[in-house]
Amino acid sequence: MSNITNQSLSEILKSIKSKKISSLELTQEYIKNIENAKKLNAFVTTTFDKALENAKKFDNKPNNEQLLSGIPLAVKDLFCTENVKTTAGSNILNNFVPSYESTVTKNLWNNGAFLLGKLNCDEFAMGSSNETSFFGNVINPIGDHLVPGGSSGGSSSALAADLTPATIGTDTGGSIRQPASFTGTVGLKPTYGLCSRWGIVAFASSLDQAGPMTKTVNDCSIMLEAMSGFDDKDSTSINKKKESYSKNLKDNIKGLKIGIPKEYRVDNMPKEIDELWEKGKKILKDLGAQLIDISLPHTKYALPTYYIVAPAEASSNLARYDGVRYGYRSQKGKDLIEMYENTRSEGFGDEVKRRILIGTYVLSSGYYDAYYLKAQKVRQLIKKDFDDSFTKVDAILTPSTPSSAFKIGEKTNDPVSMYLNDIFTVPVNLAGLPALSLPAGLDKQGYPLGLQLIGKALDEQKILNIGYAFEKNCGYKNEIKKWWS
Amino acid sequence: MSLDKEKIKHVAKLARISVDEAKVDSLTKDLNSIFKFIEQLNELNTDKVEPLTSILNQSLRSRKDEISDGKIREKILKNSPKKNEEFFVVPKVVE
Repeated sequence: MSNITNQSLSEILKSIKSKKISSLELTQEYIKNIENAKKLNAFVTTTFDKALENAKKFDNKPNNEQLLSGIPLAVKDLFCTENVKTTAGSNILNNFVPSYESTVTKNLWNNGAFLLGKLNCDEFAMGSSNETSFFGNVINPIGDHLVPGGSSGGSSSALAADLTPATIGTDTGGSIRQPASFTGTVGLKPTYGLCSRWGIVAFASSLDQAGPMTKTVNDCSIMLEAMSGFDDKDSTSINKKKESYSKNLKDNIKGLKIGIPKEYRVDNMPKEIDELWEKGKKILKDLGAQLIDISLPHTKYALPTYYIVAPAEASSNLARYDGVRYGYRSQKGKDLIEMYENTRSEGFGDEVKRRILIGTYVLSSGYYDAYYLKAQKVRQLIKKDFDDSFTKVDAILTPSTPSSAFKIGEKTNDPVSMYLNDIFTVPVNLAGLPALSLPAGLDKQGYPLGLQLIGKALDEQKILNIGYAFEKNCGYKNEIKKWWS
Repeated sequence: MSLDKEKIKHVAKLARISVDEAKVDSLTKDLNSIFKFIEQLNELNTDKVEPLTSILNQSLRSRKDEISDGKIREKILKNSPKKNEEFFVVPKVVE
């Protein structure tokens, strides 16, 4: 029992359902782990009292028919939670207590889970290392000097350190997949529109998508099933029948065609990543999949396109933080305009301000065509690359990131080098596709590396199946020494 | 193109963010390196390409024009940094 928190979500669910452990005992184990792991700085807020209360409520009247019966979950602090502070990692929302619940978290609670706490993240999900959070950087359980990735860095760190049995993040340009890759965990960015955006603090609305972060592919399918679904309150939510991803999970991938895009072999990529990619190809081939060389010719333009589209949308979304209706307000300034300017200057961190300025500039009169319209056109070309490829293949295999977890502080002085981390993840967001990052191996320093499977729109089941077969044959195991407790 | 300090101050004004004079130099350097990176897009000829405005193959749904909530003034005012019983309070705007 003492090792229950080491286990996967699906194993824990079995223990709950067979009454080997109560929800209360399980919750107490996680609380103990969280209290011993303050060094990781993964949590912004904990809701232990409420969690214990919910666990007792479950034990008194267990409903074992649900997908997440009696499971305590910590979630990224970008999801609004009713009567629980929601900060988005920002000073400007440091006192914000929503009076409503995001659809995605509500879906989790409706499936039997309850809240354990809110996880640290890059400010407004803008970052690749969790170093832009107002609440300080998060530490990767893999090593005390390493970033956990970002922006869902609190999520990846908490999951890998056994502080939550599974979690959810958001992914605008790689913010689920890159931290999953850096911590040896599984992360899925679903098709745009599969999970509701309602009640999630907005960053770039045409790219943002919530998704699961878990220890195994099976867990990932359970979480996706629980959190996804049509929502009338999100105008871009896709209205389709709900799928049973976990029940339909199969490891037979014989005959599937896997595309290998030549553009994902970039200059200066460590040899180990190339080797890992080769290993992934071999595993899938041995399982009966067919490897097909493909080309996604506009890949190199995805990041520059992203750094126009995302800041443009962010500058518009973040205009709401004015110090009037909610959030932080500066006491300085002699009139309304100065109050706005000081509030936003004191409330936002440097990276967020940088992106608001980029976005404001590319949308400003005289520059719109040269930047924003241009980016929308290139986005069309990037999407077309994928459309063309998916007439020939079922899924695409690439590395998740161009490196393993880097050192805290290593890239903070050079924004472009930080942005380059998302080189393999960003194209998927621009095209609205689903992609799964899977732990696949270690580099020579012993740090985890991930591979990414990209699917057609709404083809989550297929990439989960491929991932499931891959996982069984990869032999990857996350063995993390708990140096922090 | 390159962004000079005056341009950055102007954009900051548009974005309603006051910029600390001491930070303008490093901000200028960072933004210029980002724009240099972004401007790789100019290598591509996109004259005949339609801009992508939505990745969904569906247009936005319309809904009936009906009131679905209301009477939640307290909830809405709850998080305001300055308010009275009925309104958000802002610095004086009319002399």
